[in-house]
Amino acid sequence: MQQDDIMEQLLLDLFSKYPAGKKEGLIPILQEIQEEKGSLTGEILTAVAQHLELPVNKVYGVAAFYNQFLFRPHGAFHIQVCDGTGCHLGGSVSLLTAVEKFLKIKAGNTSRDGQFSLEAVPCMGACDQSPVISINGERYPRINEEELRKIIGVIKEKKV
Amino acid sequence: MTGSGTPKLTEFLVEKVVKNYSGIYDKSTAELLSRVRREKLSQPAIFIGMGSCGITAGADKTLKAVETYLTENKIKADIIKVGCMGLCSAEPLLDVQLPGKTRLSFANATAGKVDDLLNSVFHHTLPHDNILGQYRFHGHEEWPGITSLEELPFFGLQYRMVLKNTGIISPEDIHDYLARGGYKSLFKTVLNYTPEKVCEIVEQSELRGRAGGGYLTGRKWLVALETGSDQKYLICNADESDPGAYMDRTLLEGDPHRVIEGIAIAAYAIGAKKAYIYLRSDYKRAIVILRDAIRQARECGFLGENIFGSGFNLTVQISQGAGAFVCGEETALIASLEGGRGIPREKPPFPAEKGLLGRPTVVNNIETLANVPAILENGPAWFKAIGTKTSKGTKVICISGKGVRTGVVEVPMGTRLIDIVNTLAGGIKNGKQLKAVLLGGPSGVFVPPQDLETEIGFDTLQEIGAGIGIGGMVLLDEETCMVSLSKYFMEFLQKESCGKCIPCREGTKRMLEILEGITRRPREESSHETLERFKGVVQLENLAEVIRDTSLCGLGQNAPGPVLSSLKWFREEYEEHIFDRRCAAGVCHDLRTFFIDVDLCNGCNICQRKCPENAIIGTVKMPHFIIENKCTGCGICFDSCKFNAIYFK
Ligand SMILES: Cc1cc2nc3c(=O)[nH]c(=O)nc-3n(C[C@H](O)[C@H](O)[C@H](O)COP(=O)(O)O)c2cc1C
Ligand code: FES
Repeated sequence: MQQDDIMEQLLLDLFSKYPAGKKEGLIPILQEIQEEKGSLTGEILTAVAQHLELPVNKVYGVAAFYNQFLFRPHGAFHIQVCDGTGCHLGGSVSLLTAVEKFLKIKAGNTSRDGQFSLEAVPCMGACDQSPVISINGERYPRINEEELRKIIGVIKEKKV
Repeated sequence: MTGSGTPKLTEFLVEKVVKNYSGIYDKSTAELLSRVRREKLSQPAIFIGMGSCGITAGADKTLKAVETYLTENKIKADIIKVGCMGLCSAEPLLDVQLPGKTRLSFANATAGKVDDLLNSVFHHTLPHDNILGQYRFHGHEEWPGITSLEELPFFGLQYRMVLKNTGIISPEDIHDYLARGGYKSLFKTVLNYTPEKVCEIVEQSELRGRAGGGYLTGRKWLVALETGSDQKYLICNADESDPGAYMDRTLLEGDPHRVIEGIAIAAYAIGAKKAYIYLRSDYKRAIVILRDAIRQARECGFLGENIFGSGFNLTVQISQGAGAFVCGEETALIASLEGGRGIPREKPPFPAEKGLLGRPTVVNNIETLANVPAILENGPAWFKAIGTKTSKGTKVICISGKGVRTGVVEVPMGTRLIDIVNTLAGGIKNGKQLKAVLLGGPSGVFVPPQDLETEIGFDTLQEIGAGIGIGGMVLLDEETCMVSLSKYFMEFLQKESCGKCIPCREGTKRMLEILEGITRRPREESSHETLERFKGVVQLENLAEVIRDTSLCGLGQNAPGPVLSSLKWFREEYEEHIFDRRCAAGVCHDLRTFFIDVDLCNGCNICQRKCPENAIIGTVKMPHFIIENKCTGCGICFDSCKFNAIYFK
């Protein structure tokens, strides 16, 4: 119930910030919701479509086109494995496969219990320290499978 | 003490420096300037490279360690967070400057080393390790026996114009930029030149678009200026879609005001009242810095209404891309700004005539715009003196991959590729051989060693079939598998193809399938796939040509680049994958066959226990054996062997 109220308020704020019927507002609105809520839902898209006077399919089409918009939120622990050119050469693929096996989720997905999500991302600007990963924004340079297992093990312990 | 944030200082700098055409200062101004520029210090200053690359290497931990050290030792010092000066492989970078002495730079200053480093510097002695070099300051006491930064090979070849301030000044304080002559060009421009004149000056300077297209910037502006409309737009393209490069981020995180000044001048030249900076939403730090920089510029009166009393108005808005490679293409970018899917359209009409919301719109690369203030300040002749006959000025390049040093550099046009590899990057890591250089990102071209004598420039690179693109340069060593790397790029491009035109949408998919077939595990191949595999190379070439010639936008047109160039120079590698089912580099995991070296194996039994396929047999303390047709090539035994007894072919 309370969750809904917060959402309602967020939408109201956004709708007063971005004028009705102006479709330039679409991506910024979706970005702010994504940022706040972590994912988009059918109801949100419908509300946004109404406000901007656009068909829902158009709004959905835009949301689905861009990588930033998610329909399932990231896990409590969001693991990003850098797969930029530098890290790719530095062995990010085997690292990624190892995490996939270890956590039993594929890149781009969230585990069923909502604890872990995995994503391959472009260059983080630390190619010489490749491969690089980031867990909830904390970066771990020059990581190997063994270390990564340990780190994730520690997190798994911590998880509620 | 710079007294940052004081309105008085800002006012003083605007009146005495920005609005001072002569560039000659009276004594008290000069004195103040040297304080703001932190040449003259009243207490020690500590600079920490806090660009994204620095933070990845642990700069925030270094920062904490510095703060703790200062409180514990009761030392008063200023801490200045600077951007990245380009030598990313030496991050975290820490500079210390004592009053009266030159600024000393330390490389790889991780948190654990901070105490030692600061201890020795504050006792006026030099630590043993981690010293990178010192800055050259006039009238300051130098540290004995330390090379100046400019003499280091990494900086020697560089000509830093766009990156002049990055890594040196605080990106968070506009005073730093003002004290170095910032916004002077904007002042001079809006009060002295007509928009036509600005276009003319920039055209005379022969500045060409730095996104790789190389179109004359001044001419593009003139088209937009001469197209009648009630509203015009300027867009700064900082999308940086290359997954292996980050010079736009370095620039934004290091010297945001240079970009803003360039944008303001360009907007004035085309008659735009509104400008957008389009950048990736995951560049969080850059966005924070940029947002604050825009606010500061507005408060100083460099943006907003009636700038410098000239009647020129401009608002600058940050627009965050939502993560699509194709949105770097200008018409797709515009579609995305309009709130739609980022899909390119045919040109003409060019955006300069009909762009955002149907109005004339100039889309310029961020580096192009960052060149503009210096051109207006020093004149077109000065700019033209740098570079080659057909390519003037400098180029910012992001070196990544297997070089000894990696990072962001700026070199004059006409610098040879080989010099960048050998001098700036310092050759290849771990004593390996250079195999090729990839220029231009995921849709770029591999340049083999024999072509590296080529000079950087639009035409010279075109002659060898390459292009610098937005400036990504990846160094590859002998252990690189060209097939696998081409597959990686094709996978990226196929995913990012917007799907509008058929050659690109279907073609990239088919090319990817062929590449996947070539590298697929032999056991998992069905009979017709074997046939497909044999036809692979020929079909790749045919497909690539069709995609190149018939795609709508640059994404498709350039997508076959890596495949075509690797086929041209490393064809035998493809043939080896296809016919011998072998990947010499051992990168294509599915093609590896593992063996146990009986002389090295002492029968510890670990591999046998770890093998998920039960493909390893043997008894304890006796050499083991891998059954070849049970082995799936997963490599677990290889990784788990402590005696290096397992090898692959
Ligand atoms: C697939 C694709 C991706 C592009 N990515 C970028 C980019 O990331 N940054 C950029 O400035 N230009 C990019 N461009 C080029 C732009 O379309 C446009 O030409 C450029 O912004 C013009 O700027 P300039 O004249 O200053 O070079 C891309 C083009 C294509 C086809
Ligand atoms: S490619 Fe991973 S940090 Fe550059």
